Amino acid sequence: MSVAVDVVDDYLEKVGTADEFGAIDLVLGLLGEGVPAESLLLDVIAPAQRRVGELWAAGTWSVAREHGATAISERAVAAIATAVRPRPTRSRITVACTDGEYHALPTRLLAEVLRLRGWHVDFLGANVPGPHLITHLHQTGPDAVAIGCALPTRLPRAHATLTACQAVGIPVLAGGSGFGFDGRFAAKLGADGWAPTADAAADLLEQGRLPSFPTPGATLAHLADEEYTLFTKRRGEILAGVMAELPRRFPPMRDYTQAQFDHTADDLAHIADFLSAALYIDDTRLFTDFVTWTCDLLHARGVPSRSVALALRLLHDELHDFPRARHLLAEGTLAADGA
Amino acid sequence: MDSVTHAPSTEVLRAIVEAAADGVVLCDADGAVVLVNAAAREMVPGDVISLLDRAREPGETYETALGDRLLRVRREIFGIVHQAWYLRDVTNETARADALRAERERTQFLVEAGRRLSASLNTRRCARATAELATGLLADAAMVVLPPGGLRRTAWLRSSDAGLEEGDIPVAHADQVPGLAEALAGFPPVPSRWLDPHQAPEWLLPAGFGPVGHLLVTPLPGNGVPAGALVLARREGGAGFDDETETLVRVFAARAGAAISAAVLYQEQSATNAILAGDLRPPPLPVVEGLELAGSLRSAQQTALIGGDFYDALPTPDGPLVTLGDVCGKGPRAAVLAGQVRHSLRALLLLERDPEQLMHLINKALLSSYTPRSHVTLVLAAIHPGEGVIDLAVAGHPAPLLLRADGAVEEVDARGTLLGAIKSGAISLRTASIELAPGDLLLLYSDGITEAFGGPTGREMYGSDRLKTALATCAGMPATAVVERLEQLNSDWLAGGVFDDRALLAIRRSR
Repeated sequence: MSVAVDVVDDYLEKVGTADEFGAIDLVLGLLGEGVPAESLLLDVIAPAQRRVGELWAAGTWSVAREHGATAISERAVAAIATAVRPRPTRSRITVACTDGEYHALPTRLLAEVLRLRGWHVDFLGANVPGPHLITHLHQTGPDAVAIGCALPTRLPRAHATLTACQAVGIPVLAGGSGFGFDGRFAAKLGADGWAPTADAAADLLEQGRLPSFPTPGATLAHLADEEYTLFTKRRGEILAGVMAELPRRFPPMRDYTQAQFDHTADDLAHIADFLSAALYIDDTRLFTDFVTWTCDLLHARGVPSRSVALALRLLHDELHDFPRARHLLAEGTLAADGA
Repeated sequence: MDSVTHAPSTEVLRAIVEAAADGVVLCDADGAVVLVNAAAREMVPGDVISLLDRAREPGETYETALGDRLLRVRREIFGIVHQAWYLRDVTNETARADALRAERERTQFLVEAGRRLSASLNTRRCARATAELATGLLADAAMVVLPPGGLRRTAWLRSSDAGLEEGDIPVAHADQVPGLAEALAGFPPVPSRWLDPHQAPEWLLPAGFGPVGHLLVTPLPGNGVPAGALVLARREGGAGFDDETETLVRVFAARAGAAISAAVLYQEQSATNAILAGDLRPPPLPVVEGLELAGSLRSAQQTALIGGDFYDALPTPDGPLVTLGDVCGKGPRAAVLAGQVRHSLRALLLLERDPEQLMHLINKALLSSYTPRSHVTLVLAAIHPGEGVIDLAVAGHPAPLLLRADGAVEEVDARGTLLGAIKSGAISLRTASIELAPGDLLLLYSDGITEAFGGPTGREMYGSDRLKTALATCAGMPATAVVERLEQLNSDWLAGGVFDDRALLAIRRSR
């Protein structure tokens, strides 16, 4: 039994109006009618949540509405998980979001899909500190650990986690948009497997396409130039320098309230996060895609994106001894001018 | 001069060929043997012709067995009309190369074994690595029987071309395999043992494995604790275990045993820790009609996730008493004191529900505590769910924040002294009573949140103003989403920096 398109709209309506009971009744009702639980998770809740993200990005929904909707989806997932509880027939898998990653729902969906397919799943939730994850792996000895990463800015920490898991002999399955739409960052960081969706991940595990012991990871040779290390270390003073220079180059900033000023500092910090992720992984598109996305986001909210290009230029000027970062920023400026 | 252009005479040929160190067999154009040199005669006392493979092209080399010797033969054109077969005895050369290859294989095996066995502290993973490593070089099927973990059954893992299998057997079944019971007991120390393949009980081998040729049971020597046994099986018709392989099995078993017994110890200790720490972690929050409760606790101690910040919601007949506090210090020591405060509260609550009175009692209890520096900051909130009224007492702790349904944020006007600090036992408290309208939310938090250092420049304190601004953006969100968002914003601010324990707890009156 497949799911009609308007079911997603119905569900979206309910989570968007904070109608928790309505949303839960809807999915449990469909479950009663014979729609498979996996289909509810992946064909109703997942696409609705993608729409929630788009509505927020387009400025149509407030942050509060987005978070409220996601909280209700979490409960809907929990309701499905309570209603359908197959006995585990397969071995043990640990599912966790990387350190600093708060977008737990996609990873949670994976955990539930694996559970439905008979795996014995330990879901550790959002923002799992590395040492805690490793302790858990030693204690439970799973066949694999699935690590979710929604934002590329978490990749350096995801890499640390991934390497630590492999060091204790557990193969890593990477997933989530943070690893790139085609999983190229997962491959670059030496993950033992990558899957674009929860059902693809479940298939991969079922087909035994992960090694039983991780293969020695790739080395990131470009890190030898230390640009990532130095940028991370000097990030504070570099950003302080840019923040001091911005009002001189962008006069409207002189009349900013503290909140507006904080907001600009946040945006700049965000640019710095993506810049350091792009330096870490050595990927230009990671950075330019982010710049284009930010400019689109600002346009959707009626904010001029001129300040983005300006911030990129100032960062470019500030980073004399960082040839790789300067290249990224130059490409980013082009993207901002084009957006 | 004419004679030089003709083929050399037989005498000259014989002289050249006899002088060669390699065996040489010379044939004429028709393939008839013209001469066999001394080296060849010595190498092949009998019929040499049977060794010559005439299907070979000139220039080709092949090896052929002669009894227990190995000969390398090369066919060549010799002069204009003759064919030469050069023979060399390569028995020793090949044996040396084989020995070298086998040695290299054993070294590689041990390196890989070291790499895989040292990785995990998990018993099952170590056993799996042992079985998988042993399959191939050592055996066609390898089974690790783990030391009994109780319940009179013992777990095993087996690797073979049928893949990885897992299961358990009654401990008593170990008696069916000579030497296995002793190996599992870890005492007395028994050497590895050859078994008559016909003695193998059915459960020892994968289904459809076929007839067994060789079967070896090796104890896995543990460090003071038994680490189980390794059973290796080779199929009938395959090679037996030579001395080198037996030595290798012994070295491998020692490494596997060390890894498994370390894992067994670690598992025992971490199970104990988990039980002790479980009581120190935040409890699940109760479901209260008309209210949403949500909490989050991030510990600076990231391994066991315990620390000095704590919260709890204790049910009473009149509604829950919610508490959030912060014990001086960090890590397990602080967590133990935090646990004591929670337990004291639970007991005191049987006699007293008023937050102010409870504060005085807790203070006295802390002052009489054996633990030095038992300083605690605390918020107590007695909730009357029906009317949405909350009685609050605050001791040495940041004042809770109130988020109205319209997004306005207020600080609750309640103050008080740190508990367990002033010897005289005197504390001063200014309590407050607030009312939550539907959609309003009360936020309790610890100073780890506001004193988080980070931000864009990495050295700015988060501060209560930022917390209030962030809270104001949360109007209309469910309590869980509010807590999650505030934690996320705060973690982003820290950007992975070193941090204190951080606790948040939200009480929202449902719409």
